[in-house]
Amino acid sequence: MTQKNKIIAFVLCGMALLVLPLVLQQFGNAWVRIADIALLYVMLALGLNIVVGYAGLLDLGYVAFFAVGAYLYGLLASPHLTSTFPAIAAMFPNGLHASLWLVVPLALGLATITGVLLGIPVLKLRGDYLAIVTLGFGEIIRIFLNNLDHPYNITNGPKGINQIDSVKLFGLDLGRPISIGGFELASVTLYYYLFLALVIFTIVICQRLQDSRIGRAWMAIREDEIAAKAMGINTRNMKLLAFGMGASFGGVSGSMFAAFQGFVSPESFSLMESVMIVAMVVLGGIGHLPGVILGAVLLAALPEVLRYVAGPLQAMTDGRLDAAILRQLLIALAMIIVMLLRPRGLWPSPEHGKARVPSGGARTVMPPTAQQNPPGIDFPADALPGNTERRQYPINP
Amino acid sequence: MEVLLQQIINGLVLGSMYALIALGYTMVYGIIQLINFAHGEVLMVGALTAWSVIGMMQTSMPGAPGWVILILAMLIACVVAAALNFVIEKVAYRPLRNSPRLAPLITAIGMSILLQTLAMIIWKPNYKPFPTLLPSAPFNLYGAFITPTQIMILSVTAVSLAVLMWLVHYTKIGRAMRATAENPRVAGLMGVKPDVVISATFIIGAVLAAIAGVMYASNYGTAQHTMGFLPGLKAFTAAVFGGIGNLGGAVIGGILLGLIEAIGSGYIGQLTGGLLGSHYTDIFAFIVLIIILTLRPSGLLGERVADRA
Repeated sequence: MTQKNKIIAFVLCGMALLVLPLVLQQFGNAWVRIADIALLYVMLALGLNIVVGYAGLLDLGYVAFFAVGAYLYGLLASPHLTSTFPAIAAMFPNGLHASLWLVVPLALGLATITGVLLGIPVLKLRGDYLAIVTLGFGEIIRIFLNNLDHPYNITNGPKGINQIDSVKLFGLDLGRPISIGGFELASVTLYYYLFLALVIFTIVICQRLQDSRIGRAWMAIREDEIAAKAMGINTRNMKLLAFGMGASFGGVSGSMFAAFQGFVSPESFSLMESVMIVAMVVLGGIGHLPGVILGAVLLAALPEVLRYVAGPLQAMTDGRLDAAILRQLLIALAMIIVMLLRPRGLWPSPEHGKARVPSGGARTVMPPTAQQNPPGIDFPADALPGNTERRQYPINP
Repeated sequence: MEVLLQQIINGLVLGSMYALIALGYTMVYGIIQLINFAHGEVLMVGALTAWSVIGMMQTSMPGAPGWVILILAMLIACVVAAALNFVIEKVAYRPLRNSPRLAPLITAIGMSILLQTLAMIIWKPNYKPFPTLLPSAPFNLYGAFITPTQIMILSVTAVSLAVLMWLVHYTKIGRAMRATAENPRVAGLMGVKPDVVISATFIIGAVLAAIAGVMYASNYGTAQHTMGFLPGLKAFTAAVFGGIGNLGGAVIGGILLGLIEAIGSGYIGQLTGGLLGSHYTDIFAFIVLIIILTLRPSGLLGERVADRA
């Protein structure tokens, strides 16, 4: 694709994204809502992609940061704290109504700190050990959210926090529809544009990170930690940075989620949610931005769309297969089938410069080394004209 | 003092179930380096199958003694779970054996959701009362109480562990398993068929999980399609705790985890002055895990450094 075509495609894509909610709105706000949720998940998946995709640290507790952001906004912008604690009510007689400009930086900061705090004790761990510890960390946060209503009612326990303020931006209340020249923009549509802006901002940051020194350092750590260390990369700081940066997106996304829903409860932050986000990243194509976005949109929107398709099926099976069950069934099948057919994800990153693994198998096949194929002895790959990739000694055969 | 003794008994019972489940995780991990996320669901299917069998037998032969029904139900549950795990491995893990590490993890998660959903369709989502088939009068043990069900759990675990150890250490398939865990390539060169060994591992793991599932259900008196998740998670924690890939480690990790959980939840109220209650039971497993792995990243008995990414 030439540069010009690229720009045209980009502009068309942007216009489609801008018009999308206006079109969806005609079919009912529920469809725009799906798009909103999908955008939130895109942001989460991009955040996790920094940790898993770039730095290669498998984090199964990512939803904890989402929860941190959501609860932060929930507590700072709802009547919950003022009604439970008289002291706080005395300090803020008009109730707590935190502005977005305060909450987003706070959520970002708090989530980053939580991410780094989680990172410190697990620095030495890798792979599955890291996965299980992060998973445990996510569960600990959820259990606390679930039980911190006694003896001091901070999170209101399983009942959750409701009556959370909607976002107010430049004097505009996103919770109320506005009409411009007779055309009404629904509240969900306004949120769509806010989320879209945030997602684009996230994509730009991720793209810039990927090509920066930091991004390169992360990928070096992912490929070979010891080698990265030997080349002078401070692996400890880089890993903490990855945890912190990944978490910060989760925190922002969480506070947006709370404002959008107007309600948070521990139920939204279960382990399944973390697992779902990992699935989005892996299903789409780990470490590859377009792939991750694709995965997130698919796994977030598909279930909601299926909800509408499932109605007739439910009637056909006498209500035995209800919509929720069918959705879950199809998601599970999709996860299994996609992985079986495309183990590297739906839209994997093109491999540049990495040694290609021969098609026999990755773990058991040894790389063709000089010892295996000493100079002078023919081996099949050399006999094939044009197949230069497998040739070991193109200069001195 | 009675409280402590009681919690030790509860902890041992809980821990022995964790140990049985953890063995399934650790064996699979030791051989193909995969976290079999669907293991908890195999346990659930075992328990629900046993529930169905018990229901059928109680109506078809009302006079049969409880322990006969229980043993039969357990056997059938084991067969069903073994077949299921065999199929899971064939369908979801085998084709991905040489793929990037995360791919089989995702199919495992997908399989876990799939099994839960299917169980919900087959058995309906409500809680099922699991009948007490053994006499319910508890024995008094120095002021603490132990029920016949708990005694059954402890003894069945002991027998299962003994059989497993014999299997792994003194039979041909066990030797093949150990060899494959050590180095699949060299084992293959020595005439071991890795596919057969892996299938066998999955089957043995499923049998242990099904036994644990039936005991779990009879200990708590209920069964449901989501029941496998939490014990599965904790058992995996136990396996990591003991050093994943190590059979003895899984047993020790499971029992220690059970003890820590029971004793911890018994005393957390006193320790924190009423600030934290017994709702926090589930936290112990994870806190212990984080502490242990921070101090000893390869688990209690693990030898290998955790360097697999």
